[in-house]
Amino acid sequence: MSTQESYLTEDGRTIGPTVMEMKHITLRFGGVKAITDISFDIREGEIRAIIGPNGAGKSSMLNVISGFYIPQEGEVWYKNKKRPPMKPYEVAQQGIARTFQNIALFEGMSVLDNVMTGRLRMMNSGLLAQALWKGKAEAEEVKNREQVEKIIDFLEIQHIRKTPVARLPYGLKKRVELARALAAEPSILLLDEPMAGMNVEEKEDMSRFILDVNDEFGTTIALIEHDMGVVMDLSDRVVVMDYGRKIGDGTPNEVRSNQAVIDAYLGVAHD
Amino acid sequence: MKIRFGGLGLWEWAVWEEENLAKTSGTAEGLLSIPALLHRNATLYADKDAYREKAFGIWQRWTWSSTEKEIEALALGLVNLGVAEGDFIAIIGRNRPYFYWAMVAVQSVGAVPVPVYQDSAAEEMEYILSHCGARYAIVEDQEQVDKIIDIQGHLHQFEHMIYVDPRGMRKYDHHQLHRFADIQKQGRASYFECIDDLNARRSKLNYDSICVMLYTSGTTGKPKGVVLSNRNVIETAKNSAEFDNLGVGEEVLAYLPMAWVGDFIFSVGQAYWTGFCVNCPESPDTMMTDLREIGPTYYFAPPRVFETQLTNVMIRMEDAGSFKYKVFHHFMSHAKKVGGDILDGNEVSFGDRLKYAVGNLLVYGPLKDTLGLGRVRVGYTAGEAIGPEIFDFYRSLGINLKQLYGQTEATVFITVQPDGEVRADTVGVPAPDVDIKIAENGEIFYRSPGVFVEYYNNPESTASTKDADGWVATGDAGFFEETTGHLRIIDRAKDVGKTAGGHMFAPKYVENKLKFYPDILEAVLFGNGKDRCVAFINIDLTAVGNWAERTNIAYASYQELAGHPRVLDIIQEHVETVNKSVAADPMLVGCQIHRFLILHKELDADDGEMTRTRKVRRAIVEDKFKDLIEALYDDVDAVSTTTEVTYEDGRRGSISATLALRNAAVVPNVEKVAAE
Repeated sequence: MSTQESYLTEDGRTIGPTVMEMKHITLRFGGVKAITDISFDIREGEIRAIIGPNGAGKSSMLNVISGFYIPQEGEVWYKNKKRPPMKPYEVAQQGIARTFQNIALFEGMSVLDNVMTGRLRMMNSGLLAQALWKGKAEAEEVKNREQVEKIIDFLEIQHIRKTPVARLPYGLKKRVELARALAAEPSILLLDEPMAGMNVEEKEDMSRFILDVNDEFGTTIALIEHDMGVVMDLSDRVVVMDYGRKIGDGTPNEVRSNQAVIDAYLGVAHD
Repeated sequence: MKIRFGGLGLWEWAVWEEENLAKTSGTAEGLLSIPALLHRNATLYADKDAYREKAFGIWQRWTWSSTEKEIEALALGLVNLGVAEGDFIAIIGRNRPYFYWAMVAVQSVGAVPVPVYQDSAAEEMEYILSHCGARYAIVEDQEQVDKIIDIQGHLHQFEHMIYVDPRGMRKYDHHQLHRFADIQKQGRASYFECIDDLNARRSKLNYDSICVMLYTSGTTGKPKGVVLSNRNVIETAKNSAEFDNLGVGEEVLAYLPMAWVGDFIFSVGQAYWTGFCVNCPESPDTMMTDLREIGPTYYFAPPRVFETQLTNVMIRMEDAGSFKYKVFHHFMSHAKKVGGDILDGNEVSFGDRLKYAVGNLLVYGPLKDTLGLGRVRVGYTAGEAIGPEIFDFYRSLGINLKQLYGQTEATVFITVQPDGEVRADTVGVPAPDVDIKIAENGEIFYRSPGVFVEYYNNPESTASTKDADGWVATGDAGFFEETTGHLRIIDRAKDVGKTAGGHMFAPKYVENKLKFYPDILEAVLFGNGKDRCVAFINIDLTAVGNWAERTNIAYASYQELAGHPRVLDIIQEHVETVNKSVAADPMLVGCQIHRFLILHKELDADDGEMTRTRKVRRAIVEDKFKDLIEALYDDVDAVSTTTEVTYEDGRRGSISATLALRNAAVVPNVEKVAAE
């Protein structure tokens, strides 16, 4: 799977060459090793899942990708270049957007304003111009609002456009967070447990949105998820972690029949 | 003539209309089809908005002249695709300009539009599409495309599908699948090859051509395809528009299912006849916001919508501060006293008028604005009986809400309430050009220019519904009030039966009385041929849920709340009150409810228990819950049952429950005849 050539998936999507590669990442917090010598790649246009039992180091891994944690050892390669240690906002500016396991929205602001914040890196008019809403700022807002409205339409949240986020149920908040991440027009989208705490119907909706985002915008998606059914249905390839180590990597079918994975996590092989 | 209409207010419209009225009403000759009306509107009202749809947060607009271009492009595309005259074309989607254009484009090429409820399950669609032998379908999105692909194997004549929303459609095999915009593009490209053919087809349309075929919701048995001619639709639109002085300046919000005859008359018939603008909401969930932004002047809603709105207002007032709460209730009780009379133009004292004006400033005006009903000049409700309290609430606010009685076979209008003669318990006087007679058994018959042509491919049903002289049986029982000449409906004629005691059994009459309570969403009464009546109740989850929240009763689901003893107490109280009011009518004294239960699930169209227009299918409910009815007639206190349910995604499951059965006090049947 380390070949650089594009290939076609069964359902007709094109998966491109490697866009991000983790090389021998080790992350320590004091004496605790959260991640030990993990390497894997993410290819353009694919849905890549990271799974593992609680405390396996999945979220730490995602935080390494998003630049929130700097690993003590190993290298992160992004678009064929080694990435120097950088701040999360610099990572965001490179086109990597994320959602959070515990929703991190601006609760007092409307859905629309929350999603608009995702456009921040596309706005470059000065503070004064924005405060007075004159000249460049006005044109810029109109242009960005148009993009945001397309995302609102895409995720079917028109009816809550003007509702303060604090008043929304959990499932919708998750969707708003996805909208904000999408507003940044990311080339890689990181989703930290997008289905956590959702009921079956909300999970179905969210799965559909994730697939649609990948399909319509060609966005590369890396996600952490607990729900096995969802992971196996959605992803093209899966990395399995346990106690900070990688114990499996491959297509859902390969992972499903991997004995180490079964022992560590799945318990039994599902047909 | 070039006039810009952008900034015209209602008043200027009225003036403009008056100046041009001669033109609109004098041109009835030649206007024998909807496409002909389209052409007139595109000439007469070229720059006036014909359609608006909210998309991406902004109201997108199409004038009559751009509408004509869009429709022509689509019609040319259909000709180019091979649509033949007389073909049936299914149209499946929510209210969007594209589907209204599709209907008129289909008519333009001499084919017949067949709008289908977009929430129908695949099997229901299969029945309709194979019954009319549709060769084409114009649908909204992936969801509908998937449904039709599922059933395509069973549809022998079916050929092509056209979809509007391209999302998720890229990977589909596009041999027989086309994008709406592409068909229009191909239509424009093939203008010179196809325009002569299109013009020839358009010129053949006349008053007897089929305008639309609408499938009835099928309260009993399979849906029937009601064929309506241009005469039916245009004559009805003309008469009803004149009855209510509808003009080109009206604004309507199209949100009711396109497959329903009412939407076809309001959003196509009347809109094309008068040239008013049809506004389409952004999504079904934003309907209330969009309603408020548009502020329609002409508005139709089934009683359920008014009920829901009123319930929401009352719930929100419960949470309001005590000052606001008091102001609201003070002025609402004043409105209740004089509001209706002021609206009807009756005599009201100066003091009361003054107080009403203050109330209008403080409460009624802002409330109407919040509800989106601030500009309503003519409002209608129909389909089911509306609770008198709900009806009076809206009228007391100064909203001219009226009732009409109609059905698909009549192209809607049978009776209608004229301004100033509005009451909650009648459905009005015969609509213009409608004759009505009442048969001996109480069944209502009518004859009008709107009477349907036939049930498609079903001569037996056509013959049993419409006689040689054009009289149509409504299946409803009713009578004319001698003093006012207004029609009152009792029940479905076939549902009216007799109890074992020889009393009249009119289930709907009692069910409606129950449903007027905000706590009760649905009720089904049984007892035909029995010695006493029993009932199923569905509680209203919004109203009862709010009550539960206020009284600190925790619940996880409809089922749990429905089984709560205190909820049962409340419902029992309602049932007993209804019993008293039913017993007051000597004819109906046998309809009192002796025992009842609260169903463990909400009656649902997906389970076949209701029609898509949310009317209870009595026979199916009776059959499905046989065990519960038997239990109600036995002397047990509780019954366990398992019911199969269908989820929204089509999967099936089952729910089990143990239901408590309650006795309700009845007023003893005193033999009044003997006493007299």
